[in-house]
Amino acid sequence: MIRFEGVTKRYADASGTDEEQGSVAVDDLTLEAPTGKITVLVGPSGCGKTTTLRMVNRMITPTSGTISIDGRDTASLDVAELRRGIGYVIQHAGLFPHRTVLDNVTTVPRLLGTDKKTARTRAMELIERVGLDPAMAKRYPAQLSGGQQQRVGVARALAADPPVMLMDEPFSAVDPVVREQLQNEFLRLQSELGKTILCVTHDIDEAVKLGDQVAVLRVGGVLAQLDSPAKLLADPVDDFVAEFVGRDRGYRALSFAAAPELSLADEPTVRLGAGADEVRAVGTPWVLCVGDAGEPLGWVRAAAVESEVTRTLLHRGGTVASTSGSLRALLDAALSSPSGRGVVADGDGRLVGTIRAAEVIPAIEARRDAAPAEGATAR
Amino acid sequence: MTWALDHLGDIVSRAGQHAWLAGLPLVLGLVIAVPLGWLAARQPRLRAVLLTTTGLLYTIPSLALFILLPPLLGTKILDPVNVIVAMTVYTVALLTRTVADGLSSVDPSTRQAAIAMGYGPFARFRAVDLPLAVPVIAAGLRVAAVSNVSIVSVASLIGVSQLGYFLTDGYARTFPTEVWVGIIACLVLALMFDLVIQVASRLLTPWTRAVAA
Ligand SMILES: Nc1ncnc2c1ncn2[C@@H]1O[C@H](COP(=O)(O)OP(=O)(O)OP(=O)(O)O)[C@@H](O)[C@H]1O
Ligand SMILES: [Mg+2]
Repeated sequence: MIRFEGVTKRYADASGTDEEQGSVAVDDLTLEAPTGKITVLVGPSGCGKTTTLRMVNRMITPTSGTISIDGRDTASLDVAELRRGIGYVIQHAGLFPHRTVLDNVTTVPRLLGTDKKTARTRAMELIERVGLDPAMAKRYPAQLSGGQQQRVGVARALAADPPVMLMDEPFSAVDPVVREQLQNEFLRLQSELGKTILCVTHDIDEAVKLGDQVAVLRVGGVLAQLDSPAKLLADPVDDFVAEFVGRDRGYRALSFAAAPELSLADEPTVRLGAGADEVRAVGTPWVLCVGDAGEPLGWVRAAAVESEVTRTLLHRGGTVASTSGSLRALLDAALSSPSGRGVVADGDGRLVGTIRAAEVIPAIEARRDAAPAEGATAR
Repeated sequence: MTWALDHLGDIVSRAGQHAWLAGLPLVLGLVIAVPLGWLAARQPRLRAVLLTTTGLLYTIPSLALFILLPPLLGTKILDPVNVIVAMTVYTVALLTRTVADGLSSVDPSTRQAAIAMGYGPFARFRAVDLPLAVPVIAAGLRVAAVSNVSIVSVASLIGVSQLGYFLTDGYARTFPTEVWVGIIACLVLALMFDLVIQVASRLLTPWTRAVAA
């Protein structure tokens, strides 16, 4: 557990040298990042997120207040030891350009005195674990894409198996597709490793996606709200947080509501290659096409089939919800389907049935009645 | 040409002297400039003082230095130590700024990462900043090498044996061939220094040749 107690940071102004008189970057912050959980710090640019993070490993010294890790005041610890026991992932990865991927990853274990061979064996495991091809171990950072560098950055931070990780905008330097991929892999990794993580981002969507709890900071370094993502979306404490959390928050909050057992409609299906007669015999304007294993492939417009169903005729706009997914996924499947019937598949990707938006809404209403004001936190 | 062949032994032995007088100060100067550059890169105020001082050193005429040093060092005027010391001063003057610039050129996020991983200031310098500054330092060293080779020839005016002798002697005897031999020998020597530095720099920086795949 990382605990901030009344932590304030003032920076000496360029003119004066007295820190006590300087401008406030973090203001009387009291916060707990629980063991084994992800705490996300989010807020507009300049609100003191990086400052907060760097006070944990003492790259920045607080002006007042204390920070403790598992009950030990960090100010009382040896600074090099403290830092080696904390994984740090920096924006743009911050890899050492003159070292290979493998040597980047072994940095902290080597500083801690682990012998080269052991460190390398473990590094190779980690390189694979973060989703990199082992052949990349011999490359230099300049030979990697931004996303790959970011993965190496994560592997490097994990190398000495530190219980605590600090991450400063770890996924911000990559495109949205890669970012989502990295976020998902990161969540999977965390579910296996259970590190105590303090993560900084200015992207509220990322905060809500990654955080077990989210701390919203306002400019001037004041903590505005600390809550679970669902609570944050459902119940912002003030206008600033409401504004920051942004539009669509009602809809986005549904991500945190597990889909209840809903009765799904059986959907008649056709296979690829089905003749025009067979498709029209179904009797609906849109017909669902499935693959050999029963996996939904896409909708086909009956009127558009001249001789048989081909891949090019398939409409791919609809999303597929999983039976174990969220209400948001369920509603989105219905809204994005050209037929208005949302496709639902089981864990193996096989079609289970379809559902209409009008049938999802009652489930949403029922949830509101069951837990007034309190956001359900099922994830 | 025949003159050069006839005096080959003499040319080679003076070239050897010349290489020694220009090369040893290069090494000594580097050894002194690295810690100075490190201080300058760490302390903005020291940086101003150090770089101004070392910059001024370079403006002292070499002949003046060769003559001023013996009483300061307690050496004889013909002692090659004078030349070595003078050339070391010039090398330091040229390299301190280069080393400081090289060390400051390290990407801030790389430096932050090194600090966050628990490198102390010295370990970080040795393992991260210095290796990354090698290309910049090597470039400065090449300039210093050429400059040393050319300044050393001035030392023939005070009678220290090296290739500059052919320039002064050829001039005194109005014998252009000898002057040309001196010039070409200096040129070859400078090129050899340059080559050695480039090869060493390449060997030390394999990552600079690894470009985006
Ligand atoms: N070394 C410093 N000296 C003086 N002021 C600083 C220093 N570092 C940060 N600040 C100021 O402190 C405030 C907080 O900075 P910080 O870097 O923590 O913000 P941030 O929330 O991480 O912002 P961003 O999202 O842009 O990275 C800013 O107003 C910044 O200008
Ligand atoms: Mg920041």
